[in-house]
Amino acid sequence: MPLPRLIPCLDVARGRVVKGVRFAGLREVGDPVELGAGYSDAGADELVFLDVKATADGRPLLLELVAGVADRLAIPFTVGGGVRGVVDAEALLLAGADKVAVNTAAIERPALVSELAARLGSQAVVLAIDAAGGEVYARAGSACTGRGAVEWAQEGEARGAGEILLTSIDADGTRNGYDLELTAAVAAAVSVPVIASGGAGEARHVAEALGVAQAALLASIVHENPARLAALRAELRGLGVPLRDAA
Amino acid sequence: MTSVAICDYGAGNVRSVAVAFRRLGAELVDDPAGADLTVLPGVGSAASAMAGLRERGVDETLRDRFAAGRPILGICLGLQLALDETEEDGGVRGLGLLPGRAVRLRAGRVPRIGWAPVEPGRETFYFAHSYAAETPAATAHSEGLVAAAADGSFLGVQFHPEKSGAAGARFLQECLSRA
Repeated sequence: MPLPRLIPCLDVARGRVVKGVRFAGLREVGDPVELGAGYSDAGADELVFLDVKATADGRPLLLELVAGVADRLAIPFTVGGGVRGVVDAEALLLAGADKVAVNTAAIERPALVSELAARLGSQAVVLAIDAAGGEVYARAGSACTGRGAVEWAQEGEARGAGEILLTSIDADGTRNGYDLELTAAVAAAVSVPVIASGGAGEARHVAEALGVAQAALLASIVHENPARLAALRAELRGLGVPLRDAA
Repeated sequence: MTSVAICDYGAGNVRSVAVAFRRLGAELVDDPAGADLTVLPGVGSAASAMAGLRERGVDETLRDRFAAGRPILGICLGLQLALDETEEDGGVRGLGLLPGRAVRLRAGRVPRIGWAPVEPGRETFYFAHSYAAETPAATAHSEGLVAAAADGSFLGVQFHPEKSGAAGARFLQECLSRA
């Protein structure tokens, strides 16, 4: 297996990094290219940019952001938010993104995953799943679909998703650790890589998540601060997690 | 200044490859036949990539270039397309620059995504693939899989040097200085 991955997640809106609790009170905190470069220098294995507004008039700014990141960085990155068809996804990849993440649009129309995989290859398609109580939620966690997260992950894999990005709504923001039970259940049910997300408060939590998943998404634990990522990597090494040497 | 041509056949993230070479001071040209180094990048499906190469006549350009002993670098799917065939998409005939075939990964999680060490050497590179080469021309391995293969003027790598940070830049620099 490849080495476990640490993936800082940057929320963006209209081309800027924003901070806010689940869409409420978004506040600009910086330039995505600069922050991405900071994370890359601090040893990030990949990056995720999530367009939390994903409005039509924000699309040109998102494409500009993607091009800026691709021009500046030499690590892989995923872009999510507002991908509703192959055309959106291809535009992001042509601008320099390596993968696209889909969530609500895939729940509403599961064939989207198949179409993306057929055109872009599975390695470029990430199925993002937000789950609470084992069930899938759409629309940024606001709409319960009644579907089981494990079953949806399996369908996503069958349709060609190359990775599952699993966010536990229950754990998100608690800083009490990832939802290991759910993450382990999904990881056992699929054979594609799983990225654990939500709940990291300290290095031990990340190490635990990397025991059941292939990668960990990092949001509030790195707090838009590359120095925190560097410190976290050092702590994880101390805990015996085999991270890559980024030098 | 070394000139580099990147084969554009309507597939994937060509921009990152171009950026990586430009960063190293290479001159990007639109002349796969005449450039000092020609790069065959590639992500996505083998069948549509091969069709794209044929449509644009890039397959012939690459074969001529190979016959003339001029350097070609294949990246990821670009390595797999250089083989005799790949079992992807129900079987696709490749360019035949390298002996062997690409086969579906059967162990571990597939796609195999992430950073992994490559032997010989001490570098770690980024991989994202579901198929791997089986070839007598292998020159490097990663976790038992072919990570690089070379024959004549063709060098193919399974990893993405353009996405492999400092290690990737060192690798590409070496390709430039050899071209």
